[in-house]
Amino acid sequence: MENSLVNHETELNLKATELRLGLPGCDEVNKLQCNFSILRSNKRSSSEISTEVDSMSKSKLNTSNGSEITSHDDQDNAPPSKAQIVGWPPIRSYRKNNLQQKKGESEVGMYVKVSMAGAPYLRKIDLKFYKSYSELLKVLENMFKCTFGEYSEREGYNGSEFVPTYEDKDGDWMLIGDVPWEMFMSSCKRLRIMKGSEAKGLGCF
Amino acid sequence: MDHSFPQKVLEHLFSFIDSNKDRNAISLVSKSWYEIERRSRKKIFIGNCYAVSPTTVIKRFPELRSITLKGKPHFADFNLVPDGWGGYVYTWIEAMAVSVPLLEEIRLKRMVVTDESLELIAKSFKNFKVLVLISCEGFSTDGLEAIASNCRNLKELNLQESEVEDLSGDWLCYFPDSYTSLVSLNISCLNNEVNLSALEALLGRCPNLQTLCLNHAVPLDKLPSLLSQCPQLVELGTGVYSTEEMHPDVLSSLITAFSGCKQLKSLSGFWNVLPSYLPALYPICSRLTSLNLSYAIIQSSDIVKLIGQCPNLLRLWVLDYIEDVGLEAVAASCKDLQELRVFPSDPSCLELNNALTERGLVSVFKGCPKLQSVLYFCRQMSNAALSAIAQIRPNLTRFRLCILEPHTPDYLTLQPLDSGFGAIVEHCKDLQRLSLSGLLTDRVFEYIGTHAKKLEMLSVAFAGDSDLGLHYVLSGCENLRKLEIRDCPFGDEALLANAAKLETMRSLWMSSCSVSYGACKLLGQKMPKLNVEVIDESGPPDSRPDSCPVEKLYIYRSIAGPRLDMPGFVWTMGDDSSRKLELDVAGVEAQFRNL
Repeated sequence: MENSLVNHETELNLKATELRLGLPGCDEVNKLQCNFSILRSNKRSSSEISTEVDSMSKSKLNTSNGSEITSHDDQDNAPPSKAQIVGWPPIRSYRKNNLQQKKGESEVGMYVKVSMAGAPYLRKIDLKFYKSYSELLKVLENMFKCTFGEYSEREGYNGSEFVPTYEDKDGDWMLIGDVPWEMFMSSCKRLRIMKGSEAKGLGCF
Repeated sequence: MDHSFPQKVLEHLFSFIDSNKDRNAISLVSKSWYEIERRSRKKIFIGNCYAVSPTTVIKRFPELRSITLKGKPHFADFNLVPDGWGGYVYTWIEAMAVSVPLLEEIRLKRMVVTDESLELIAKSFKNFKVLVLISCEGFSTDGLEAIASNCRNLKELNLQESEVEDLSGDWLCYFPDSYTSLVSLNISCLNNEVNLSALEALLGRCPNLQTLCLNHAVPLDKLPSLLSQCPQLVELGTGVYSTEEMHPDVLSSLITAFSGCKQLKSLSGFWNVLPSYLPALYPICSRLTSLNLSYAIIQSSDIVKLIGQCPNLLRLWVLDYIEDVGLEAVAASCKDLQELRVFPSDPSCLELNNALTERGLVSVFKGCPKLQSVLYFCRQMSNAALSAIAQIRPNLTRFRLCILEPHTPDYLTLQPLDSGFGAIVEHCKDLQRLSLSGLLTDRVFEYIGTHAKKLEMLSVAFAGDSDLGLHYVLSGCENLRKLEIRDCPFGDEALLANAAKLETMRSLWMSSCSVSYGACKLLGQKMPKLNVEVIDESGPPDSRPDSCPVEKLYIYRSIAGPRLDMPGFVWTMGDDSSRKLELDVAGVEAQFRNL
């Protein structure tokens, strides 16, 4: 079983290599690229595809549908880290910025640190995983074994031992729950669970 | 010798002619027709703001009431045009403020609009009625305050997809209580909250309001009260379409509100959808002709439930969450569909998504006889599917296909997609706009040059093998107006051989191709009616050999000559000033050598 898998992998690898040497014209472009030192490699989009496709073709090897083999340029100019092609796919930045990622499907998470008064170390959570305050607060309550009590616009989390707060883009510490969820998502830099006594000032603004 | 009708009669006749194309044709008939036409022209469309100077336009058309201007090249939408390239509207506003005080309408696309420009508009045009800023930038809510305070007769304020510095939501309060003429308001691009009570009051006192597009900061529970102020709405863009938790009373008030909007035909918005609120739309679905769900992250089943009740849909924009199965449902329910756009939900994801494939696209074409305009993002395509589409739907006029991974071949045969696109251009004789993707050789361009005789706009990326490709297009496509190319091995030969063609087009964009600096210079020198702009952020092209390719090239015809507002990374070829720059650079280089 294992042997055939290994052979399968080598075959596909060869196929991938074959196509990579492929198209006339692509090599020419690369030759031109190599000629000038001034041009930074991330300005020459065609060379950047290679790293992306490389990692993709590796994952393809494990799927039955290995047919999406693309040809790509010589990898000499490929930057070491994963690079994105500028302006591709052709989607307006307005649209890209406004599209929220579906739960769990995004490759780039929105991880923020969570600290708690008295806890020896911090935690990190991916905000993109949650769609509302109630979801987020439940998770925090579980993670830190505390309760926040009822939120009200007037009095915050009055009466509870712990209060969830966050640091926003301006560096201010805010009470979680005051602003609409998306506004919170876009401005939250990190979270902190304060003791009720610590947080006395926050609900009063 | 003048056998024509008296001037008054001609004037009267011309007043029935609205289309710019027709008016342009009229102006070419004779000198007297040119004169009569120009004095009565009320609307002008300028597809490239640098093609002509404001003074020339105003001199020729003294009775202008409406102007449409486009600035940056289309690829600016995808961040290919560096910031600061140009497209400033101020000089136009300045000129018109002085000479066209009766101006009523300004429509701009991809231009830089400052608060100063908005303030100048607000105080210069007493009868100002329409301000449309599509994909513009450079202004803030301060500029909007000036418009709101001063434009007593404003009918339309549309900021679609513009980048606005949102300083305060109170700009809406600057519409005075006496202001009641609003017909169309689109503020969907604003990031922060607008003053909702001011908005509600505004809606309540404007009985002619037909279009309202809110931004995502407007909470869903406020929507019913807003709608109750304007039940006569024809087009609505919702704000966020969810609440933290589902509230049955919000749902019921939404149902009531929507049912009250008897004229509502077009819906958009739907940021952050909670599917349990979608049933609120069911009462109005049968009237809908346009539905934009392209920001809605909802499953295929929810989409299908909704669309299944929209038999009169003409236009549908969705995300690829719709999947093939959803598109089959569209094909079954929306028999009048004319336009379909399917956007990718996760463009950076490289995983092959088997739920939305070419099969969905083919099924919509099969089921919708009037489908003429398509934008489709997907991850796999085949020549067979494209040929099928070409034969099923020869009335296709706009076809933009974006296969997400560049150079992707036919997934069934591993061949280039040349023959598929070839079939499209061969059968769809009225094709006006085409965007290519996937693995393509020079062949596809041969097909395009041979068959695409009505093609006006072509977008090409990561395609072709040699100059022959570009040559086929430039020499074959008789009606080509706009050509935009990125990352293709096209170079000097085809460009120089077809230089004359470029004067018949609005513009040509080429980036990451192989056009040398020397060829650009030559083109600039030989073709005085073209502005040949070299855009290069890595430094003056003069400091490198003439044989080096330029980073980006933008060529457009112009009767205004080279523009005067270029940033440091743009050079116009063949221009005296660029020659002066050459001398300056040479002088500086000489100095360095002597150090």
